[in-house]
Amino acid sequence: MLAFTIRRLSQSVVVLFVMSIIVFAGVYAIGNPVDILINPEADIAEQEETIRRLGLDKPIWTQYGLFLANALQGDLGNSFVHNLPALDIIFQRLPATLELAFLAVGLAVVFGVPLGMLAGLKPDSVVGRVIMTGSILGFSLPTFWVGLMLIMLFSVNMGWLPASGRGETVDLFGIPVSFLTLDGLSHLFLPAFNLALFKMSLVIRLARSGTREVLLQDYIKFARAKGVSDARIIGVHVLKNIMIPVVTVLGLELGSVIAFAVVTETVFAWPGIGKLLIDSISHLDRPVVVAYLLLTVTMFIVINFVVDILYSILDPRVRLGGAN
Amino acid sequence: MTQTVPTLQVENLQTQFFTKAGAVTAVNDVSFTVNRGEVLGLVGESGSGKSVTGFSILGLVDQPGRVTGGKILFKGEDLTQYTEKQYKQLRGSRISMVFQDPMMTLNPVLRIDTQMVEAIRAHENVSKAEALQRARDALGQVGIPSPEERLKSYPHQFSGGMRQRVAFAIALLNKPDLIIADEPTTALDVTIQAQILYETQKLCRETGTSLVWITHDLTVVAGLADTVCVMYAGKVVESGKVDDVLDNPKHPYTEGLIGSVPSRNKRGQPLTQIPGMTPSLFNLPKGCSFRERCQYASDACQQAPSISKCEDGRLVRCHRVEEALSHV
Ligand SMILES: Nc1ncnc2c1ncn2[C@@H]1O[C@H](COP(=O)(O)OP(=O)(O)OP(=O)(O)O)[C@@H](O)[C@H]1O
Ligand SMILES: [Mg+2]
Repeated sequence: MLAFTIRRLSQSVVVLFVMSIIVFAGVYAIGNPVDILINPEADIAEQEETIRRLGLDKPIWTQYGLFLANALQGDLGNSFVHNLPALDIIFQRLPATLELAFLAVGLAVVFGVPLGMLAGLKPDSVVGRVIMTGSILGFSLPTFWVGLMLIMLFSVNMGWLPASGRGETVDLFGIPVSFLTLDGLSHLFLPAFNLALFKMSLVIRLARSGTREVLLQDYIKFARAKGVSDARIIGVHVLKNIMIPVVTVLGLELGSVIAFAVVTETVFAWPGIGKLLIDSISHLDRPVVVAYLLLTVTMFIVINFVVDILYSILDPRVRLGGAN
Repeated sequence: MTQTVPTLQVENLQTQFFTKAGAVTAVNDVSFTVNRGEVLGLVGESGSGKSVTGFSILGLVDQPGRVTGGKILFKGEDLTQYTEKQYKQLRGSRISMVFQDPMMTLNPVLRIDTQMVEAIRAHENVSKAEALQRARDALGQVGIPSPEERLKSYPHQFSGGMRQRVAFAIALLNKPDLIIADEPTTALDVTIQAQILYETQKLCRETGTSLVWITHDLTVVAGLADTVCVMYAGKVVESGKVDDVLDNPKHPYTEGLIGSVPSRNKRGQPLTQIPGMTPSLFNLPKGCSFRERCQYASDACQQAPSISKCEDGRLVRCHRVEEALSHV
């Protein structure tokens, strides 16, 4: 376990380093922030002063070296636009996105697993077919379109749920969250459902094929030969086996849920990091974009690590650390 | 002596699979009796319907199959009339089963204690502690060392032989009247097979449990069983006391099976083998199913033979035997 952690950590450092180079070069290629940031009517001296202050007059290698030196001390630079540390701005917005992403994944599991198991238990029934058709739709309809339709239906036509913003928040350990107030929950539901739809379809498919496969196993027949009830066979013997692929895939997808939040947050004006990223890109706010991307990579690394540990808990045959 | 009810009496059992390609009769007119504490060996080639017979008794025939005829009398009660609810109470409690492949019969993600305790608590309302105690005893009974620790293990931490012992321990948990063992030692090596056979026999003697032991290995039957039932293409072709059948087979198929056991031949002599292949159940030959592979086949064999009873109580399904009997 310790060896596994150490090896993982050193791999992560390499990944982060390589990513920082790619991100830096990529952002450099997007465009020159000077064009947007500086008032075109300002005089030459003033323009040059700003460029120097932002460090944009130095060659890219020097800029990267400075960035790296500062980054190692935990400073990813100040936002050009807000003139605040980029990380602070992101961390301020992060809770909103995490809240949205976790609720989405929660919805995907809570609805996806039972629906998928039902479809797997009765593959030829009407219910099974309806569920599978639904999951195909969930896969193929574009997220932004579904989001707009949800707004049209539930906000505009029915007027049941609000279409934008976080609603009322309360502080939980100093972090503002929406899910603890009724108003916040009503704001949270539509975007979370929108974000969950794709993953839910994925979970339905995984659970269905897992269930069908597990049902054919000898150990299920043996459990029946022991006289174990159907409820226990499905709820323990089948469920425990299909949760292995579901947890693995969902864990790996959690990162992409956060990344996909960009679309949903834009559609629902949800003040998370996805919306921040889009705004920062259009303002060419380099430090924020770089910080966002590096943070996302870190998040992926952490998630993968946690998934590996969870996996070893769920499946006793897997032992961390590989061959021994 | 008072007449006791046999533990299991199967009468003219028929089980069919309704596949897309048509109905297949996997078990066709099978009858046998197992008395208390007795061991019945059910032998036959692959595909002869042995497993399906076992699953029919337990009401666990896979879709698209079901029992379509006959009676299964378990201590006098006809199981074919049982509802699913009644069957649930019976399975694992009065009749239990051990499967062929020990690597596949235990759920890989559940600990042994979980899988044992649930088998007890499915039938009896006992405390977890008491169930665990019984599980521990059962593991000890089948010769698993340090059962206390082994209870906390997962299946993959056991060898194949150990897993099969665990499966037997689970089968024994509720002290059933009948155990159906479907080729339980086929996947194991010979020494472990011998140990398991010896221990099972001992347990059955001690507890009066009856045993249906499915196998394709006649040497196992010779050492273990009291009676034997030879199946071919879904039908019983010969059944009787184990010594009678093995020493003096009457059906040509049984004769062929015995001839192909290595130890029964003289050294240096080539092994005899039954010519041809097991016919597909979809197109069985008309008349006797064994006709095309039988060295004695005659015109009479175009008609399906019925069962004849010999003087030693043996039942044989063959025209030659029928003829011989009618000449007496
Ligand atoms: N699920 C099923 N669907 C259709 N046919 C089946 C099914 N299961 C069994 N059968 C039919 O029943 C026949 C007998 O199968 P069974 O498993 O009882 O053979 P067996 O004697 O146990 O052979 P083996 O020694 O290989 O275990 C098979 O040949 C097959 O045609
Ligand atoms: Mg079989």
